[in-house]
Amino acid sequence: MDITVNILLTIATAATPLLIAAIGELVVERSGVLNLGVEGMMIMGAVCGFGAAYLTGSPWIGVLAAIVAGALFSLLFAFMALTLATNQVATGLSLTILGLGLSGMIGTNFVGLPGVRLPNLYIPGLSDLPIVGKLLFGQDPLFYASIALVFAVSWFLFRTRKGLMLRSIGDSHSSAHALGIPVIRYRYLAVMFGGACAGLAGGHLSLVYTPQWVENMTAGRGWIALALVVFASWRPLRVLAGAYIFGAVWIGQLHAQAFGIPVPSQFLSALPYLATIVVLVLISRNKRLTMMNTPASLGQAFVPDR
Amino acid sequence: MRIELVKRPERSKLFSALSPFIAFALTIIAGAILFAALGKNPLTALYTYFIDPITQVWQLHELAIKAAPLILIAVGLAVCYRANVWNIGAEGQFVMGAVAGSVLPVMFPETVGWWVLPAMLLMGAAGGAAYASIPAFLKTRFNTNEILTSLMLVYVAQLFLDWLVRGWWKDPAAYNFPQSVQFNPSAVLPELAPMSGRANWGFIFAIIAAVLVWLMLSKMLKGFEIRVLGSSPRAGRFAGFQQSHVVFFAFLISGALAGLAGISEVSGAIGQLQPSISPGYGFTAIIVAFLGRLNPLGIVAAGLVLALTYLGGEAAQTALGVSDKVARVFQGMLLFFVLASDTLIHYRIRIAGLGAKSSEAA
Repeated sequence: MDITVNILLTIATAATPLLIAAIGELVVERSGVLNLGVEGMMIMGAVCGFGAAYLTGSPWIGVLAAIVAGALFSLLFAFMALTLATNQVATGLSLTILGLGLSGMIGTNFVGLPGVRLPNLYIPGLSDLPIVGKLLFGQDPLFYASIALVFAVSWFLFRTRKGLMLRSIGDSHSSAHALGIPVIRYRYLAVMFGGACAGLAGGHLSLVYTPQWVENMTAGRGWIALALVVFASWRPLRVLAGAYIFGAVWIGQLHAQAFGIPVPSQFLSALPYLATIVVLVLISRNKRLTMMNTPASLGQAFVPDR
Repeated sequence: MRIELVKRPERSKLFSALSPFIAFALTIIAGAILFAALGKNPLTALYTYFIDPITQVWQLHELAIKAAPLILIAVGLAVCYRANVWNIGAEGQFVMGAVAGSVLPVMFPETVGWWVLPAMLLMGAAGGAAYASIPAFLKTRFNTNEILTSLMLVYVAQLFLDWLVRGWWKDPAAYNFPQSVQFNPSAVLPELAPMSGRANWGFIFAIIAAVLVWLMLSKMLKGFEIRVLGSSPRAGRFAGFQQSHVVFFAFLISGALAGLAGISEVSGAIGQLQPSISPGYGFTAIIVAFLGRLNPLGIVAAGLVLALTYLGGEAAQTALGVSDKVARVFQGMLLFFVLASDTLIHYRIRIAGLGAKSSEAA
């Protein structure tokens, strides 16, 4: 029983950064913007989170720094893609390239240093309950934050007026503009929310998942988060499901490696990436489903006519 | 104060030509600020980074070695991006090309003869093309986003190479080092001018590829088809052009060129397979493609510039003691500034809100 609980706990820990990054990107894409810089914003969050926590000794300051770093870094993308109407695919890529480089430079002196781990929640009594205690009341704070984020985003998008406006911008920015909705302002805020989430996801990696700084430690998770949004056909609750499936694949291959399954470890390490491809194929082969759910002006630059 | 874009009636020829230079100038300025922030004298640092690495003949050879794969890959990517096909997995196609091309020298190391090298190059190109055909197939058959699939395949290719050089293809005589056997001399890409430096035939391949693809894009029907479908898919369909054919064509060309770059790098500059055979050429080539304005001839120049950022990064590490990651930062900034300058081609920029008068005047 203990083993099962432990595996479930590690799955949750592996799924949380994917979930946080994906739910942020979902809001960005719902507003009609495709930011391929998730990996770059995530790694910036990871390095800044680690650095701030190490220098101050407080993991909470680390979390804050990760969020701020992600949001600020995303502003660069927002300025380019929204104000200067550059190609979103290329701009997102350059954000990722720049993020990987900058984080490497910032983190040069952090390599090999002991990290500060964000402590798990502990509620006397409740956390000591068998099985459910650890699963429900004994995880890291960002786990709860990620679940809360999913429901908050879902409520915002589908139950509030502002959420409706955001979705309408994503579906037709010119109509939204004609109705007087400030398209660019909404998109700026959406991109920054996505950046903050990606930064927080990176912070989870360097403050909870493996509390240390390793170059390129995001290892493609930012890209998997992007795939998750497609997988979820832009619906928050499906992102939750998808993130946990991917967390399970990620943990499953690690356990398989530890158990000494007679398959080369590299093949097992490739599984999450291959699973991403398979899942994308399964989802996208259903043309009607993707057509219906994809925000119609996703990835298109908007320049208001005056 | 607000920045507004005003659409130009037609694209500006002036800024079309100027934008790479503006981008480069802005990168230099940003680089100076970056070095100053790191506590280095900006002028000395920039000299160390951009001038010092190309003052001697052997260094120019090193520049050509770095530029060759960048140009080869970027020329292929230009075909893709012109066709609005987003292949960002060239790094994986590069690796798979290197693997496929190494089958002969690694598994049959005794084979010698004039035909070995051409066969390796062909197999390398075929390997890259075959690997690139996966995202092309998934896109045309299942409508799967090629950005994500081609990128995921990069990780898979890197892990596959890692397994090969630590497992099946490990040189038994290498004291457990993860590497393949050294290629025998007839499997090594010859150097161009061994007296003065290490540059090999890879650079010549790059120039030939650039010229051929330029001819294809500007003079042949296929090139026209690519440009039409890329800029206006609807018009392309009316003309009877097949979207799926162009997707395959673009992926196969860019995969083959990336694969050729991979095997050239392994048989030329490295001489054996190792766990890591590329300092991110496949990703840097994306920047090269954009800096070269998706024009193969411009890409040759852009490839040399980006190759210089690699050399400068190494020089900055040894001479100034800054992280060699500074190269990646320069590359990222360069792409940002290129994209930003490209805005000027289609739009005029107006600073609004300084007062109603000024916006009327503009």
